Amino acid sequence: MAEFLNERRMSLAIALALLAVPLMAEWLGNSFYTTLATRAAILALAGVGLNIALGSGGLISLGHAAFFGIGGYAVGIIASHHQAYEPLMTWPLTIAATNQMPVLWLVAILASGLAALMIGALSLRTSGVYFIMITLAFAQMIYYFAVSWPAYGGQDGLSIYVRDGFPGLNTLRPLDFFLLCYAVLMVVLALVRMISGARFGAMLEAVRQNPARVAALGLSPFRIRLVAFVLSGMVTGLAGALYADLNRFVSPSMLSWHMSGEIMVFVILGGAGRLFGPVAGACIYVLFEHVFGGVSDYWQFFLGALLLGVVLFARGGLIGLAAGRARHD
Amino acid sequence: MTFALFTEQILNGLQLGVMLFLMAAGLTLIFGVMGLINLAHGSLFMVGGFVCAAVAVWSGSFWLGLAASLVASAAAGALVEIAVIRRLYDRDHLDQVLATFALVLMFSEATRFVFGSSPLYLNPPAMLSGPVMLPGGIAYPAYRLAIIVAGLLVAGGLGLLINRTRLGVRIRAGEADREMISALGIDIRTLYTIVFALGAALAGFAGALVGAIQSVEVGMGEPVLILAFVVIVIGGIGSIRGALIASVIVGVVDTMGRFLLPDLLSGMMDAASARGTGAAIASMLIYVLMALVLIVKPRGLFPAHG
Amino acid sequence: MTEPVLSLSGVTRSFGALKVSDAVDLDLRAGEIHALIGPNGAGKSTLIKLISGEIEPDAGRIRFAGRDLQGLDQAARARLGLARTFQVSSLIPDFSVRRNVMLAVQAREGSGFGFVRQVSGDSRLGDAAMTALGRVGLQDRAQVPAAELSHGERRLLEIAMALALRPRAFLMDEPMAGLGSEGSGALIGFLDSLRGEAPILLVEHDMDAVFALADRISVLVGGRVIAHGSPDDIRADADVRAAYLGEE
Repeated sequence: MAEFLNERRMSLAIALALLAVPLMAEWLGNSFYTTLATRAAILALAGVGLNIALGSGGLISLGHAAFFGIGGYAVGIIASHHQAYEPLMTWPLTIAATNQMPVLWLVAILASGLAALMIGALSLRTSGVYFIMITLAFAQMIYYFAVSWPAYGGQDGLSIYVRDGFPGLNTLRPLDFFLLCYAVLMVVLALVRMISGARFGAMLEAVRQNPARVAALGLSPFRIRLVAFVLSGMVTGLAGALYADLNRFVSPSMLSWHMSGEIMVFVILGGAGRLFGPVAGACIYVLFEHVFGGVSDYWQFFLGALLLGVVLFARGGLIGLAAGRARHD
Repeated sequence: MTFALFTEQILNGLQLGVMLFLMAAGLTLIFGVMGLINLAHGSLFMVGGFVCAAVAVWSGSFWLGLAASLVASAAAGALVEIAVIRRLYDRDHLDQVLATFALVLMFSEATRFVFGSSPLYLNPPAMLSGPVMLPGGIAYPAYRLAIIVAGLLVAGGLGLLINRTRLGVRIRAGEADREMISALGIDIRTLYTIVFALGAALAGFAGALVGAIQSVEVGMGEPVLILAFVVIVIGGIGSIRGALIASVIVGVVDTMGRFLLPDLLSGMMDAASARGTGAAIASMLIYVLMALVLIVKPRGLFPAHG
Repeated sequence: MTEPVLSLSGVTRSFGALKVSDAVDLDLRAGEIHALIGPNGAGKSTLIKLISGEIEPDAGRIRFAGRDLQGLDQAARARLGLARTFQVSSLIPDFSVRRNVMLAVQAREGSGFGFVRQVSGDSRLGDAAMTALGRVGLQDRAQVPAAELSHGERRLLEIAMALALRPRAFLMDEPMAGLGSEGSGALIGFLDSLRGEAPILLVEHDMDAVFALADRISVLVGGRVIAHGSPDDIRADADVRAAYLGEE
């Protein structure tokens, strides 16, 4: 139990540190670090999404960029209509575009959830290495679709000229936008924690450890995994929506397989299956990118070396190194 | 549309299929024998392309470049196997994915460091630079035809290697039962290194051949890698024959889709949107094919085991 | 006569050229223990897999609780009330003993999909689990991770999970395997009392247990039922003695 308490204390420290950096930065009048922290919070959210499938469900999805990108494009497409004063559609009914984040998020969550439902229903018919290759392939399909579909920017992507709004906040101010993203991250973490302690979480954990046993008890492992995969896609899609507004730009690169790999890296660097693992991982990633990216153009070489080192020698991720072995490893 | 154009596109599809086979054969062999999923296979393809281009430019001989690319990619494969990959055989697929993804990052950055970010260009050898006349009066680039022939020869050679040689017996034994192969007194570590280097050489060979058609650039192997995964899913994992058939199917469907769909759609909409929509749908075609295969035969068309 | 709880007719399954189940007819009636015996490789475990839905028969019908099971997957058959214990204990290793049984209770209630209410504070799940554990005598081990149980305790936990499902029939694949004589004695007593709750199809190698418990016995050799009857009939059957009991 001491280990567990230790992990909780670490989680709290990570949460506070992520909050403290932008507050300090704003106090010092340098909002660059606020933006950096916002990026970390959003990437962490993408990782939290993947962690539902990967850490809790044992589903090695190498296609989560699909959901990240779909969330981003949902925002980008609606924004492109809104800034051109065009309705989203006129038939069979007229739907006006909006620039209100709560609505945009909802659309992003639904769209990425629907994509996860379809991809999951197909790829969960298989397992193991097939599942990895198939999730990767379907994500690549959506990537190529975005590249070759000319209506929304194709290869060049879409710009969002003015960041979308949120009632009661000035999202153009970096600190406001950070706090919004941070709040979303914390709310989602609380929800994930709740779900993993509830009946569904117990079943998902059981399916990961022993699917045959769960089937013998009368519950379908396929359905449990599919629900987990959809929830996972939705959270990553929400992160994509925030990411689009952070950069005020979406492009096919959000859908590329490198993105899928990077989201997985956030989860693994921190420690798979731990609530705050992806948060720690994303913070390390952003920090690493900032520090080494400033020193060398080839910083991803060192990222690769770090990742290789973690995989070969520190399997519990960095929280694992600090807080001991995960409860289920 | 003319018959000649149609035939040309079919041949282009075949040529893409042959390329995919060279990638997929190595991947599926490595998975079948060692149980390893290797994302860095695309990097070995890239190594082949760069070495061939660089040596060809330096020496003025495409053939020297091709030979060098085979040696370099096999050596890179063996080196990576000894340094990293062999630590991964006992690990789960997640660790394999992560470690080989890390290798992709390192390979790409190292290549960018050595060769820079701008693409290299490689000319096909002089003797293959023109078109050849096929029966029916169809002119087709000799180099592309040579790729098809070379690919089919390699496929045949691989079949002979696996079915007729001592190495092949060992590889098949390794696929069937890993315990048995050690019981036979075969040095399993060496066998694994050889199989990995063989797969790497096939990938490097493909990269070198393609280098004279496309530009040679960092990341060139990754789209091919993912297409090769689609091939493996369709063909059934661990099956060389399945990989060959699925490669040709994927190559032809992809090429013909891009060629035919815009024309088919132009009956329904104006030319510009037919081009756009056709291209977008064509880019998804093989993935739809993969989805259909998954629905009907989740273990692929030619499952190797059971 | 009422319909048997479980009935197999003409159930056949081959792996390649090998017929592992050959036109098997078998039934399980309310209130009985029906033992399935036979040498290794006779196809006993295959039959359990066919009934539980892990594999599908090539031919023949399996009926349970008044329905044809064809096309139903394992989970659906379990939901109909078919509780299986595995030959090699199949547990959730990182869960405590109590959490393993809570999972079964949760499954019986048909709810894998609660998202809000926390399992740890759910006394209904916990109490039902403790009741089942109490019946097999594992209540003192409730907080221990399943991975740390002894072999015999794992067998008991399997049975507790089956009990918690409150099934219409038990399929037990060698529950006595690896238990010491004291352990199997206790388990024989317990299974004896269980038949009133739901009938048991019992695959077992321990002949003392089989002859102590079974109301009827079927003998499986080479995928075929070669003999069938009361324990006394089977003891007396010359074919069985020759083919299986190995007596000259």
